[in-house]
Amino acid sequence: MFIIECPWCGKRDQSEFSTHGEAHIARPEDPSVLSDEQWGDVLFFRHNPKGQHYERWNHAHGCRRWFNVSRNTASSEIYASYKPGEARPGAGKS
Amino acid sequence: MKNKYSIFSLARNALSYHQRWQTAWRSPEPKKQYDVIIIGGGGHGLATAYYLAKECGITNVAILEKSWIGGGNTGRNTTIVRSNYLWDESAAIYDHAMDLWSDLSQELNYNVMFSPRGLLHLAHSVHDMQEISRRGHSNHLNGIDAEFLNPEQIKKMLPFIELDCRYPVMGGILQKRGGTARHDAVAWGYARAADALGVDIIQNCEVTGFNIRDGAVCGVQTSRGQISAKKVGVVTAGHCSVLAEMAGFRLPIESFPLQAMVSEPVKPIVDCVAMSNGVHAYISQSDKGELVIGASSDTYTSYTQTGGFDVIEETIGAIVELYPLFSRMKMMRQWGGIVDVTVDRSPILSKTPVDNLFFNCGWGTGGFKATPGSGHVFAHSIANGEMHPIAAPFSIDRFHTGGLIDEGAAAAVAH
Ligand SMILES: Cc1cc2nc3c(=O)[nH]c(=O)nc-3n(C[C@H](O)[C@H](O)[C@H](O)COP(=O)(O)OP(=O)(O)OC[C@H]3O[C@@H](n4cnc5c(N)ncnc54)[C@H](O)[C@@H]3O)c2cc1C
Ligand SMILES: [Zn+2]
Repeated sequence: MFIIECPWCGKRDQSEFSTHGEAHIARPEDPSVLSDEQWGDVLFFRHNPKGQHYERWNHAHGCRRWFNVSRNTASSEIYASYKPGEARPGAGKS
Repeated sequence: MKNKYSIFSLARNALSYHQRWQTAWRSPEPKKQYDVIIIGGGGHGLATAYYLAKECGITNVAILEKSWIGGGNTGRNTTIVRSNYLWDESAAIYDHAMDLWSDLSQELNYNVMFSPRGLLHLAHSVHDMQEISRRGHSNHLNGIDAEFLNPEQIKKMLPFIELDCRYPVMGGILQKRGGTARHDAVAWGYARAADALGVDIIQNCEVTGFNIRDGAVCGVQTSRGQISAKKVGVVTAGHCSVLAEMAGFRLPIESFPLQAMVSEPVKPIVDCVAMSNGVHAYISQSDKGELVIGASSDTYTSYTQTGGFDVIEETIGAIVELYPLFSRMKMMRQWGGIVDVTVDRSPILSKTPVDNLFFNCGWGTGGFKATPGSGHVFAHSIANGEMHPIAAPFSIDRFHTGGLIDEGAAAAVAH
């Protein structure tokens, strides 16, 4: 459990947010040309690092907007939260 | 040679004030080379090593555990055992485990306190009713016991349940062969029995990398030096992705915290296991008298072995709503484990892109019950170099062929 900074609303309790897994996944332009192998990777395979991770959150009980968070999964430390479309910050503290 | 545990050994050791019990397993220095290395000293890894030695004739085996055996999810779970899963593949592997549970204490000469006290799933909505009905009929087709209960029958089993509450109890499904077992004893029993067959149990030995030559694994790097091996089995639950990354591939798995708690001990009151998948709460009572209560997993990935207070509050809220009698119980301890969750909520027992490297993981929130069966079929798979028929459907390939074994969507499956 931790405090998350919504880029629009500021710092709020994590329980106000819903989480939606790995961020910055580029959806394939033309799924029909993918092999089964590639399509399986797109659908089911995610990074699951022990350490720094980029992930999507939604301020479900607040402004209801989406954003990205850079968080350490081994310590729960949050390095940055940033708006969709913004470039991902470097790994670790910015 | 191991001393056999029996009523006589108990009496003999009582005479010497229990000062002379033999240590249950050795703590050897790692050898330079093993036929098989098992990474991860949880129940599944220990069971794998035991069956390799016992049934496959491979005794030059080491278990490498980064901390202490049974300290991962094996020692953190709520000990529920059942086999009433929906799909044929799941029924096969979980019921295989159930067969082995029934005489495991005798097999290991160690009391694992397997207690088939009955496992009751409660249905609180039309959806739940449909789910248990579909699952119960599928269980019957697979020869797995499942009895449908109406609210009156449930009230007879749990006289203190509030049938007519915010989560109305509409019915239930009972697996009488289901129940609990003592989690630590399962780890210790397999460890002791494996050790007696010559398996080296090496604790405080973290694997930090693989030695791979010509696409085949030939050893591991550890915090206690290099060790070579002909075959390696990885059984590291929440940390399986970390090990896969060391070997150069990805798994369709994410790691989440899952929490549980126990109350102060009280006199016997709950004599079965009662689960409510729809409201994420389940309860049983340990032989010590503690109420054992489990929650749903936290929603974000983590390796911290702690979860959010909001999840505990939600679970306790549901418990108190269904069982108001417990509203004034004090909770003594609360903890979390890191569970390895696949998208179809079914495990992965598989060969990998690296030859001679096998993975057994993805058991997520519900693998304790499978411990004997999983270890058994995984041992045979490693020994033969081909997946055992019960294990074969659980290969990583299913995420590319589409052959998912979808227990998640089907059974809203928790433990
Ligand atoms: C709170 C909670 C409740 C649960 N309730 C139930 C239940 O009621 N019923 C049920 O069936 N299941 C339940 N489960 C799930 C069950 O606990 C697991 O599926 C099962 O115990 C997994 O066993 P394992 O041996 O694979 O993993 P673990 O017991 O986690 O063992 C893996 C081991 O690998 C070691 N390891 C990791 N990385 C390395 C490394 N680099 N080098 C060496 N060693 C390493 C770890 O230290 C650990 O000891 C629950 C889980 C939790 C957390
Ligand atoms: Zn907001």
